[in-house]
Amino acid sequence: MIKHFLNLEWKAFTRSASFQVNLALKILMIIGAFFMILYALGAGVFAYYGIEKFIDPEPLKIINKFLIFYFIGDLVFRYFLQNMPIVNIKPLLYLPLKKNQVVKFGINKTMISFFNIWHAFFFIPFSIVLLKEGHSFINVAGWHIAMLALFYCNNFINIFVNSKDTVFYSILGIIVTLGALLYFDIFDITQFTAPIFSAFYNQPYLSIIPIILAYILYSMAFKYFRKNFYLDAGLAKKVEIAETDNMTWLDRFGSVSTFLKNDIKLIKRNKRSKMTIFMSFLFIFYGLLFFTGSIEAYDGPFWRIFAGIFVSGGFLFSFGQFVPSWDSAYYPLLMSQNIRYKEYLESKWYLMVIATIFSTIIASFYLYFGWQAYAAVVVGAIYNVGVNSHMVLWGGAYIKTPIDLSSAKKAFGDKKSFNLKTLLLTIPKLLLPMLIYTAGHFIQGEVLGFVLVAVSGLAGFLFKNKVFTIIEKIYKSEKYKTLVAYKQTN
Amino acid sequence: MIITSNLSKTYSGNTVLKIDDLNIPKGQSFGLVGNNGAGKTTYFSLLLDLIQPTTGHIKNNNVLVHESEDWKPFTSAFIDETFLIGYLTPEEYFYFIGELRGQNKADIDALLKQFESFFHGEILKQKKYLRDLSKGNQKKAGIVAALIGNPEVIILDEPFANLDPTTQIRLKQILKDLAEKQGVTVLVSSHDLMHVTDVCERIVVLEKGDIVKDLETNPATLKELEAHFASNMVTSQEEE
Repeated sequence: MIKHFLNLEWKAFTRSASFQVNLALKILMIIGAFFMILYALGAGVFAYYGIEKFIDPEPLKIINKFLIFYFIGDLVFRYFLQNMPIVNIKPLLYLPLKKNQVVKFGINKTMISFFNIWHAFFFIPFSIVLLKEGHSFINVAGWHIAMLALFYCNNFINIFVNSKDTVFYSILGIIVTLGALLYFDIFDITQFTAPIFSAFYNQPYLSIIPIILAYILYSMAFKYFRKNFYLDAGLAKKVEIAETDNMTWLDRFGSVSTFLKNDIKLIKRNKRSKMTIFMSFLFIFYGLLFFTGSIEAYDGPFWRIFAGIFVSGGFLFSFGQFVPSWDSAYYPLLMSQNIRYKEYLESKWYLMVIATIFSTIIASFYLYFGWQAYAAVVVGAIYNVGVNSHMVLWGGAYIKTPIDLSSAKKAFGDKKSFNLKTLLLTIPKLLLPMLIYTAGHFIQGEVLGFVLVAVSGLAGFLFKNKVFTIIEKIYKSEKYKTLVAYKQTN
Repeated sequence: MIITSNLSKTYSGNTVLKIDDLNIPKGQSFGLVGNNGAGKTTYFSLLLDLIQPTTGHIKNNNVLVHESEDWKPFTSAFIDETFLIGYLTPEEYFYFIGELRGQNKADIDALLKQFESFFHGEILKQKKYLRDLSKGNQKKAGIVAALIGNPEVIILDEPFANLDPTTQIRLKQILKDLAEKQGVTVLVSSHDLMHVTDVCERIVVLEKGDIVKDLETNPATLKELEAHFASNMVTSQEEE
């Protein structure tokens, strides 16, 4: 039986749309994955020596201190990205299979997922370094096994949490509060949790506890699914109550308003797009890494522009690169209607501009870090609106991955949405303004740098119609290929 | 109205549709029948320029379909659920289509009023998005959306499937009226021989991509079609 299940899984994996790319791209993807693994391995090694050198002579102590956040972070990460095992189960329901088997398979499947395995790339080298640095084997083994078991606890917890948004948001609330309390020295949760993690090291036999915990959670997850294994219970689709909004205030945009109204509904009513909004919001705070000087490597002046572009352009990038994929579910409809491409594009463009302006306003708190910080954001916003808005739409025209609007899980990190093509397209959007700024910065100073970037952004406006015409041509010439690609929903 | 010449569609050496000559005059109600894989949906997709012909062309009201987009304003279709926008309520969807086809809200409201009995109180004002409607109700919404904007050509793929008997009967009446009274060219495909013979003046039978019968509907047509498909069954049994 297991053989059949595994066979199904393998086919689902190898036949998914994202694998149907050409060989060159496949090789590049493999190289990319290889480097990711290499970096993770490096991080595992570096974590020990880096912490030892810069922060504390006892790296394990520091790691144990922050592990609690690592685990909670892992849970959040899983919530967004890890798909639930029930997804492909419907066709198996009526077949002569024992329900227990199907449920077990679904849960077991999550155990070999990437979300559990990728931690190994950090923890194994870290443990090896621990051994090399003279920590005793038994203690390291106990600690390592405990960590492993705890990740599996997270894996099973996620199964419950996944279906309950409220649970998730309360966890997110807790982590933010705890982090803030720690930062302001009010209450340090790590004081309580660090000893727990240390205990696994000091008394290796204690690692049996997380193993038992993982097992209990496994059986709970099993029971939970087994009990809800009905189309109208655990496998049921939630039906939302529809709200109607005529959005007459948008009529002032004239003929574009037809699409604009639709796009706003698209964003408001679908999980995937809501996720994009959430991510764009996070991007606003991305600049903190640069402007607080917390990461040394980012102190170079041109990194300001890099940060500025991301702070103001989070939405622009994450939404824009998937035009027209957002409309993939009903692309045949659009293609057989009398669509005015220009208005269609214009609508998406307006959305991106509005979001960029909003982000820039919210980001005004960067003034706290000096006028240069906020100037970088504003200049980045001008460049985003003037140049990058066209660039992402242009790039998006080539991306033919259908978007499942109803699933929030794949908004980022998924190989489909974060593929090499999108990555390659992002580079010129970022590198160019950085170069322009650097040129100005070294010729005269930061003011000239900012002015040059802003001017090139404004110059980009001149090309808007030209670029739209090009994109329209791409839409037309790629129409049939796009239609075929969007048909593949899996 | 619709002239098809030398049309063929081949996928890696496998010809799925080959129509040398087919002329559908204006105001005709035209039915396409055939078993699965006969090429019905392929033909409709070609008509809507959703796929490219391998050879030949279709002219819709003298517009070359695969070259110009000028057929779009007077042609409408409902092929499958990819013609629905799932996150809209049916009303919003109708208004959206209406705006694309140059109709204002009042026009749409007037049109929807005519279809109140067709909707049977399950489409409008239900506080549900299209994606949450049942398959049959989705189909009703899609069909009515295809009638928006006074199109001259309406293409419906399997319009009767998934509909309840009452709605099937109403739909047949609607389609007949469109062709007879308003001169609309109506193209439907169906697996249900009875429905097609009820609605269509002319029925074309496709088999593995070829036209094997082209009939003008008369009281004997249904019998003839049934005999055709039944004999098909016998020959395929013999082949085995």
